[in-house]
Amino acid sequence: MEVFLQQLINGLTLGSIYGLIAIGYTMVFGIIGMVNFAHGDVFMVGGFIALILFMLITAWLGVAVIPALILVLVCGMALTGLWNWTIERVAYRPLRGSFRLAPLISAIGMSIFLSNLVQVIQGPRNKPLPPMIQGTITVMGEGSNTVVLAYKQIVIMVVTALLLAVFWWLVQKTPLGRAQRACEQDRKMAALLGIDVDRTISITFVIGAALAAVAGVMYLMYYGVVNFADGFVPGVKAFTAAVLGGIGSLPGAVIGGLLIGLIETMWSAYFTIDYKDVAAFSILAITLIFLPTGILGRPEVEKV
Amino acid sequence: MAATLDASAPARPAAGALLTRAVREGGFAALVTLGLSFPILALRTEQNMANELVLIPRWSWVALLCIAVFIARFVQVFFVNKLTKTLLILGCFTLLGGLGRAVNAAFDSFAAIVFSVGALLLVLGLLWERRVETAGVSSPVSPATRARLSALTRYAGPVALGFIAAYPMITLALAGQGGSIKWIDNFGIQILIYIMLGWGLNIVVGLAGLLDLGYVAFYAVGAYSYALIATKVIPETFPALGVWAFWVCLPISGLLAALWGIILGFPVLRLRGDYLAIVTLAFGEIIRLVLINWVDFSNGYAGISTIPRPSFFGIPFTAADNGFAAVFGLEFSPIYRTIFLYYVIFALALLTAYVTLRLRRLPVGRAWEALREDEIACRSLGINTTNTKLTAFALGAMFGGFAGCFFAARQGFISPESFTFIESAQVLAIVVLGGAGSLVGVVISSIALVGGFEILRELDFLKQVFGENFDPTQYRTLLFGLAMVLIMLWKPRGLVSTREPTAFLKERKSVSSSLMKEGHG
Repeated sequence: MEVFLQQLINGLTLGSIYGLIAIGYTMVFGIIGMVNFAHGDVFMVGGFIALILFMLITAWLGVAVIPALILVLVCGMALTGLWNWTIERVAYRPLRGSFRLAPLISAIGMSIFLSNLVQVIQGPRNKPLPPMIQGTITVMGEGSNTVVLAYKQIVIMVVTALLLAVFWWLVQKTPLGRAQRACEQDRKMAALLGIDVDRTISITFVIGAALAAVAGVMYLMYYGVVNFADGFVPGVKAFTAAVLGGIGSLPGAVIGGLLIGLIETMWSAYFTIDYKDVAAFSILAITLIFLPTGILGRPEVEKV
Repeated sequence: MAATLDASAPARPAAGALLTRAVREGGFAALVTLGLSFPILALRTEQNMANELVLIPRWSWVALLCIAVFIARFVQVFFVNKLTKTLLILGCFTLLGGLGRAVNAAFDSFAAIVFSVGALLLVLGLLWERRVETAGVSSPVSPATRARLSALTRYAGPVALGFIAAYPMITLALAGQGGSIKWIDNFGIQILIYIMLGWGLNIVVGLAGLLDLGYVAFYAVGAYSYALIATKVIPETFPALGVWAFWVCLPISGLLAALWGIILGFPVLRLRGDYLAIVTLAFGEIIRLVLINWVDFSNGYAGISTIPRPSFFGIPFTAADNGFAAVFGLEFSPIYRTIFLYYVIFALALLTAYVTLRLRRLPVGRAWEALREDEIACRSLGINTTNTKLTAFALGAMFGGFAGCFFAARQGFISPESFTFIESAQVLAIVVLGGAGSLVGVVISSIALVGGFEILRELDFLKQVFGENFDPTQYRTLLFGLAMVLIMLWKPRGLVSTREPTAFLKERKSVSSSLMKEGHG
């Protein structure tokens, strides 16, 4: 029981991070129908930006940890958003309307480029950071059989929930969100009705990257280390989450993220940690084969 | 970054307005660059003696980069002629390189040379612009040249084939025995392996239109089949096979890989397009992760070493009395094995190409192409899409398995490190950049990408420009990714983007690929 509860907490924390990244995949897929392969690497760039900003703000400016964290979040979201904006502008926009493989290959190239760029300019070693937020609460049990909730886990879950609420409001209630949903349904029609489609797509990329940047900060805070190669596996897992939840569906992405996080931690706890990535990849394959529309996705209707 | 000036615009806007526009665009691009590079390039994280991270500022790099981006964007907006643009941008970048050298190291004779080269390029660019303005832009290719070009391309295939066949002899004659091993092994064999993989994947992606991001899985299956059979099974059960191990295992590896192609192909038959790509990626990763974690089977990260090398049809390449050199009365040298390996992979690649060409004329090949163009129409015409897809998967996988078997035999050592996702991406990039479906395109892009990759090892003179601790090889993957993006932007349908139809009514016409769709899987 204690083990289960502990893994539940860990799984939800990890799942929040995956969920945040998954939203970026699902939004981009919804609006332009492409798998933004470089999204995992944008998440990694976000993590690096957060690392450097955090060091800059705490060490050079001498700001306390909590205000520094908020600053890092805000600046990191803006800067990572700028990265994804540029990527979309340079590598994807000229290929819009071109044949289907082209943007995917460009995205794969971009993914390779980003991770190696960070390797070259920041060095290949792991970048450890002393823990930002320490301390835990013992929820139940005693001795060695305890369920522990770390403050950083609380911060991760609260920030994720808050951001998702803001994001939900953005998509459902604002003109921007309306434009986005319109583009998702029919780009040509939306353009005819006076929506600037290019701008809406750019903003979609920026929002996706901003959420990935938050995930990057959370990842850095949770594991205390970031590496140039850290984009690939979380990226694929987040994509799995998006597919599991039903690609194109925003709540689906979050649910999928939480599920993948839970499955991964439970698998590591009860089976073997060696095969946890195999478990995640197998879920991806199994979902796509048996439930191609995911949990909340709409079935794809093909018109001939 | 914003809308590029249309080269065919009839009237150019007034020079003053154009100048302000170019400055504005350039300034904007420079500002974006500043924002992009602010934390991640400007401040490098390093571990100090106490193992803590410290920040090392590099503002001069950021400044140089921003200036470079400004110039590039400015030139791109302000000038129309492509050659002018290229010359001017190259000239400015060379000047900036010289400046960087002068700022970071010293203003020595080397920096002076760089400066003068940059200035020369600038002057050339401006002169060319003057010429273009006075003479007007001439049509780049006249019909007569085009006709001559197409006549040339007819002979290009056989000439290239002859060159590839004679390549080891040419390098041997030019570089001698010691020097040519590197050229045959690192360039020749390496490129041919990728050509073979590209041609194998071409069956799946180019002909059947099924996007496969996990092709490396079959390469791994082939390599591990040979490695495990040759190091474990044969010595225990059929020690007599000894020198024939490679030749016995080659078909077995191909068949096992084809079997895996069918096993992995079955569940994904219903998937299309990007979904198929992601699932095949997942399968590729699963196979690699299993190879890493199932230590009893594959020896995990440590890999398998002492894999027997191929023999010359039973005659081993050793210095012993029954070795190749002794039997043929030659002096022993490792070069014979390298040359032999070169011809083995050359033959395997030719086999792949031959089979592909023949299959395109068979019903199954036509079914693949029909499937690529329109799956629903294909099904309506009564083609069994399940079998069509499975044969494509199985055949593609089989050639991947052959290549893997050869790879294991050539290296003598394999580990899961050789079968990462980046390999799959590289092979897929070769196929798509070459122009999916085109055999010649695969050759061109393999030579460009793999050869370019290898040639970076040779660029030692760059150390003089960027200082002693500059290592060109660390930029290989970076440039590879960049090349993928740039080639896609330049030619989204790949380098060879016209196709000859296999079935035609009266005469064979090449079809521009922009009339076709593909990759719908």
